[in-house]
Amino acid sequence: MAASGCRGVRSILWKYGSYGKNLFVSRSKMVPQVKCFLIFKNLAAAGPQKFTQEFIDKQVEEFEVGKRHLANMMGEDPETFTQEDIDRSIAYLFPSGLFEKRARPVMKHPEEIFPKQTAIQWDAEGRPFHFLFYTGKQSYYSLLHDVYEKILAIERHQDKMRNKGLFTSDTKQILLTGSRWLLKEEIEENLVENISVQDYMRLIQLMELLLSMPYCSLEEEFILKFRKQLEVQSSKYEIPALQYDPQGVAFSFADGRRKSAKASITLRDSGSGNITINGRNYLYYFPVLQNREQLMFPLLFVGMSGRFDIEGSVEGSGHSAQAGALRLAISRALLSFVSEGEVEKMRQAGLLTADPRIRERKKPGQEGARKKFTWKKR
Amino acid sequence: MNLHKLTSRLCPKATQKFRHLHIQSSGQQLEAVAVETASAEANPLSVFRTSERDPTYHSEGHSGQYYTLPPTHIQKLFPYGLPPRFQLQIKTFNEGCVMVRPPALELISYLKRADYSKPPLRYVLYGDIGTGKTMSLCHALHYCYSQGWLIVHVPDAHLWVKNCKELLPSSSRPSRFDQPIQASQWLKNFKITNERFLSKLKTTQRYVWTKRESTEKGQPLGELIDQGVNRMKSSSDVVGAVLRELRLQAGGATEGEGAFKLAVAVDGVNALWGKTSLKKEDRTMPEELTLIHNLRKMMKNNWSGGAILTALSQTGSVFKPRSAYLPSELLGEEGFDNMEPFVPVSVSNYNEKEFESCYLYYLDRNWLQHPHSRSEEGKKELIFLSNKNPSILERLCAFL
Repeated sequence: MAASGCRGVRSILWKYGSYGKNLFVSRSKMVPQVKCFLIFKNLAAAGPQKFTQEFIDKQVEEFEVGKRHLANMMGEDPETFTQEDIDRSIAYLFPSGLFEKRARPVMKHPEEIFPKQTAIQWDAEGRPFHFLFYTGKQSYYSLLHDVYEKILAIERHQDKMRNKGLFTSDTKQILLTGSRWLLKEEIEENLVENISVQDYMRLIQLMELLLSMPYCSLEEEFILKFRKQLEVQSSKYEIPALQYDPQGVAFSFADGRRKSAKASITLRDSGSGNITINGRNYLYYFPVLQNREQLMFPLLFVGMSGRFDIEGSVEGSGHSAQAGALRLAISRALLSFVSEGEVEKMRQAGLLTADPRIRERKKPGQEGARKKFTWKKR
Repeated sequence: MNLHKLTSRLCPKATQKFRHLHIQSSGQQLEAVAVETASAEANPLSVFRTSERDPTYHSEGHSGQYYTLPPTHIQKLFPYGLPPRFQLQIKTFNEGCVMVRPPALELISYLKRADYSKPPLRYVLYGDIGTGKTMSLCHALHYCYSQGWLIVHVPDAHLWVKNCKELLPSSSRPSRFDQPIQASQWLKNFKITNERFLSKLKTTQRYVWTKRESTEKGQPLGELIDQGVNRMKSSSDVVGAVLRELRLQAGGATEGEGAFKLAVAVDGVNALWGKTSLKKEDRTMPEELTLIHNLRKMMKNNWSGGAILTALSQTGSVFKPRSAYLPSELLGEEGFDNMEPFVPVSVSNYNEKEFESCYLYYLDRNWLQHPHSRSEEGKKELIFLSNKNPSILERLCAFL
């Protein structure tokens, strides 16, 4: 009885897919003898939870209404309430001390919260809608077909131009610098299905083929959908402002951090090369040669070693970390004295990157972060 | 600042004689010395060397240049007196070259102009670690030696207050403690340095060492010293006796052939008034050490006919923080009161000209092997990393 009941449940699930969840509830009311472990077993076999389109639409409606309520609560205009305002209000109303930002309360559009899912791809009789359904990756193969269609269209266009005698190879080329192809993960996200590495390579090859044709500018829009713009890295750094002393000497402030050591310095353009840290000469504050080399590196790299006077204060952590923090602070302060090209060079030399390494936490059941207790065979 | 207090408390005789006292408040200031390179005697090949070997004739024009110490002088005068790293350098380069620097020149000029019928003046060389105090002291001492003075040189007074293996209760006084090894070592070195004086000077009183041994009045000083060297037990007392004799006889122009000037040079003078790290057998601190007591008596200017040259030192000192370098900090209250009045001479890092000549000297000796060190960039790196501090520069170049 229980076995047949379970088989029946499974067949219903297969037919109705996402309705299975609702059916569960009804089924268990009708047949209370169905044991609990059967239900759990089928839940796991059903795969990740599926949401119907209705469900998602309902969520979107609720989100919009909730947004207006929130705006009223905060005393702002519901019409011009943006996502940033929502985030701010939620952080204010539900303050959370959790370290993991993703664990804090969040209110976002359902599109961003619920994973994208494919709708049901077959009709009531079980016939699939798409002609490529039985390939298993219908969106991917249909994309490949589209690209090939476009290639053929361009070839036809070429032939037409040749027939007319207007064929030229130097047509408008698509500008591809500063952008890259979408990654495999991003394409998977767009297609809402998994593809393998070989599939991805095939797609990129096809796109390159499309690009190699002289008249590819006809499909520029289509191609650019698959390219992502890279932002210029060096424009991300904010250059500290250059201030002037009453005497006219230029100076700038900057901060730096490394591994819980905080440093802040003043770089003066007076021209003697003295460095004072926490009131003492750097020769006596950093008796170790390595730390002094760290201080020297940004100045030597830019070539202005004897030009500046540095006054710094640093606290926390150990001597190496303090030297690293000071080095970062000096490089940042130098940004305002140096040209654009130099900024890029400094970034590539790694002078402007904050070192993200911090002390790893000790785990329970081990001596330290990585060291384990003595392993005894028996 | 204690240095300002010092100027007001200096004895009036000194202020009359020495019109400009180079009192600098911090040892870090880089002095701009006038660039006068080749004088007539200078070697045409090397700008940074001078062929003038006698410190008597060193002047401002030689500042920043290296002069060679004659090897015989090194053996006699400085068997133990130079800093250990410099001794290694002498062995490596096969010659001892010392840079002529303003503090040493200053000291020598004071010594030249002092009046030796009056009580001796105390000169204290002070400055940050590794700036060249001991070397300047040795330079001035070389001058004294070439002038024919009698040298009493304690290379490092810190060696007498710490790490002594044997500490015996004194034979003469119950509460004092002796250090036989250090005392006999010092007596031996004294003998090497001042050989020609040993036969000329005579003792003025009778010294009794044990029941059977005594030195009569009128014996040459050499015998006294031999007594101390042979009999370790009483060597510390011998040291005391020798110092006393010298004090009594220095500057006595009427003694006939015994006329001489006495130079007392003590390096690490702050050890005399600091704490000791020595302990007696039952783990308590000794009340008094013979050697230290006698040295302190020398420091007092109740004799005449000489000069007291001293240098402070933080590196060997016990219980003193590394950042202390001013006389007041290192000498302590007691020391400062005892040493006052004194003439402070500040020693600082190299200035540009001196750094240049040091760099050229190392290049000349092929000491800087790394090819990058010969370029401009390398020189800038050296300047930055050492901040023109002589000892740090030397250690840096050692592995280049």
